[in-house]
Amino acid sequence: MSDVMEPVEVFRARAKAWLKDNMPLAKDAPPRRMDEPAGPHFQRCRELQGMLWKGGFAGICWPKEYGGLGLSMDHLRAFNEEAAEYELPLSLNVPTFGILGATIVEHGSHEQKQKYIPQILNGDHQWVQFLSEPSGGSDLAGVLTRADRDGDTFVINGSKIWSSFAEISDYCMVLARTNWDVPKHRGLTMFIVKIHQPGIQIEPIRMTYGSAEFCQEFFTDVVVSIEDVVGNVDEGWAVASSLLLQERISLGGASKYTVGSGINREAAGTDYSLLKLARQLGQDDDPITRQAIADYHATAHAHHIMSDRVTRGMAKGAMPPSAGSLLKLAHAITVERHSQLAVEIGGSAIAVGGDNRNDARDMGNRTLTRQGIALGGGSNEIQRNIISERVLGMPREWAGDADIPYRDVRRSGGGPTAPKQ
Amino acid sequence: MHLDQNGFDAKYWRSGAELGWTTLLISEEDGGGSISGNGIADLMIVAEEMGRLVSPGPVIPVNIVAATVSRSGSAEQRASLIPGLLDGSSIATWAHNEKGMRWDTSRMKTTAKADGDSFVINGEKTDVEAGSQAQTLLVSALVDGEPAQFIVPADAVGVSIEQVDAIDMVKRFASVKLANVKVHASARVGAATAADDIEMQLLTATVLQCAEMCGAMERAFEFTIEYLGDRYLFGRSLASYQALKHRAADWKMHLEASMAITTAAGNALGSGDHEGAELAHSAKSYVGHWATEMLQDCVQMNGGIGVTWEHDIHLYLRRATLNRSVYGSVADHREKLAKILDRVEVG
Repeated sequence: MSDVMEPVEVFRARAKAWLKDNMPLAKDAPPRRMDEPAGPHFQRCRELQGMLWKGGFAGICWPKEYGGLGLSMDHLRAFNEEAAEYELPLSLNVPTFGILGATIVEHGSHEQKQKYIPQILNGDHQWVQFLSEPSGGSDLAGVLTRADRDGDTFVINGSKIWSSFAEISDYCMVLARTNWDVPKHRGLTMFIVKIHQPGIQIEPIRMTYGSAEFCQEFFTDVVVSIEDVVGNVDEGWAVASSLLLQERISLGGASKYTVGSGINREAAGTDYSLLKLARQLGQDDDPITRQAIADYHATAHAHHIMSDRVTRGMAKGAMPPSAGSLLKLAHAITVERHSQLAVEIGGSAIAVGGDNRNDARDMGNRTLTRQGIALGGGSNEIQRNIISERVLGMPREWAGDADIPYRDVRRSGGGPTAPKQ
Repeated sequence: MHLDQNGFDAKYWRSGAELGWTTLLISEEDGGGSISGNGIADLMIVAEEMGRLVSPGPVIPVNIVAATVSRSGSAEQRASLIPGLLDGSSIATWAHNEKGMRWDTSRMKTTAKADGDSFVINGEKTDVEAGSQAQTLLVSALVDGEPAQFIVPADAVGVSIEQVDAIDMVKRFASVKLANVKVHASARVGAATAADDIEMQLLTATVLQCAEMCGAMERAFEFTIEYLGDRYLFGRSLASYQALKHRAADWKMHLEASMAITTAAGNALGSGDHEGAELAHSAKSYVGHWATEMLQDCVQMNGGIGVTWEHDIHLYLRRATLNRSVYGSVADHREKLAKILDRVEVG
């Protein structure tokens, strides 16, 4: 094939034949329950990714020299269309492929890419980002975790929170403060850190729904090499911003680093779960229920299809990169609407009876974490700030920490966190 | 222009026709043709621009009749009707809906009874766009319980057309009474049932009116954002208030989603994609709801002047309110979407 890109339709036909012979069908996959330990599910995803890797279909748009296929978005779309009915490692899309993998491709050194990308693409390694801290997630650049330089190494101390599945992940990116004498955005550095090592303690956080997706981590004198810095020292905010952009794009279902259409059918809103609920409860002929379901499907469809429009707009330069926030906001609003209508349609069945495992009760339980998607990955409020300021050009919010050394910035609860001079 | 009885000037319409406003859904064989090969997608660009300008003119009904006659009409019908529509010298409209029918053909009451080599049509049509300006009507009627369509001259004996007031300042609507209107059998469009033609007419009208609403939303949003930046209260611009910034962000999201679903619906419909109907009903459900909500909130953000004649925004709100309501309400389209979902098998 040399340097000439395989024509999309040839690639499509090859993918179609390979999928048929090698990949299991999605309808045969065991349903994943949020209140069960996630380990087996992710093990399954790693195996599926390993199959794609061995078959030569992993990392379709990832660079060739690090193990990807180096093909175009059109190839990825063709693959995703052909793969729609098959079981894919969708849970690795966010964050491993779409956020961390994407950030290594875009900001990693040649050595980092050589070292880490193949083991992401072959399913061996799962990654997660350690960004938010207990002191506040929305003001992300206000991190207090510190990395103190000691020759060619850094020593990390502090705490991170809201990292997904950290316990079963292998590597992380950590945003830490390396300079307290400059304004907040200018003293940050991004590090690659192996998760399971002495000095890193992981505590799962129990969610209202019963899942243990999120964790809090405590760093005590964790030593990392300068070779593990992503980008440059004190320039970690540029990497973090890019990472956050990839997060919004992949949560919005428009990343070139992920596999399959969007995150999954449920996330795209086209999983017919409300229709199924209405049929189970025998009210699919009720006019009000019918209106609600149609309203939801139209909304989910419009919000999902927008990702294509916005991605093209960003690629052409007609929209700024921050337009990715439109996708994140739309997704959160779709989930909110789904939850509202599930409650409306389900009536008492979502709240009373069942064993938590029948569909109606399960949907009821999910409403308890409805706001999760409107909070994680940058809250709706932050997305609205970004859209109004960077997409629509409206004035920026007043900030009390601009242009002053970070050690002098007022913080909740006070307390000295900066290292002594 | 709103004081003009016709709502638009004949010369204006002819120059629009010269620009190609009526050619896009007509086959090349009949003298039409589109630029991209997808006439509906091309026409939606025109419709969106008309929404931005709240333009007058019967773009939707003329194109619907032109497309139907070009697709299903006899050689004689095509030869007699299409040239005038192409050059803008004549207007044709679509007399389909009836009181209580809600654009659902199964509730249609108008009948056409065979009488020798003729048909006799009886019924009352409502919401006929540019009915008083048209020389030709495409009338839907039941023949032995099956939907059919007939080309009826507006001046035929038994046709009475009464212009009615409408919420839009420049779009004109009429009620049409058909009392023992006798037309030759050759006036019937297509020999078999017109069900497929009617479905295509409804879907075409739907995506075109959604494109108009998108254009209206986009333009009104532009001048509203500009106004928020220019207007100062308490020593700061309105655009600096987070309460308004967050609403603007939501509207930008709904605007982009409206554009996306509308474009997808038009592309699918114009290329014969099987998802065309589902997307068109989804588009009306989404855009119909959000266009009016967004324009109402643009009125709110423009302040008191927004509810007066001093500001153009009411023209946009009128167009969106009209388009939301005709060719099927949001609820009507949601029910049609629900019928499509009824056929989905879930695990």
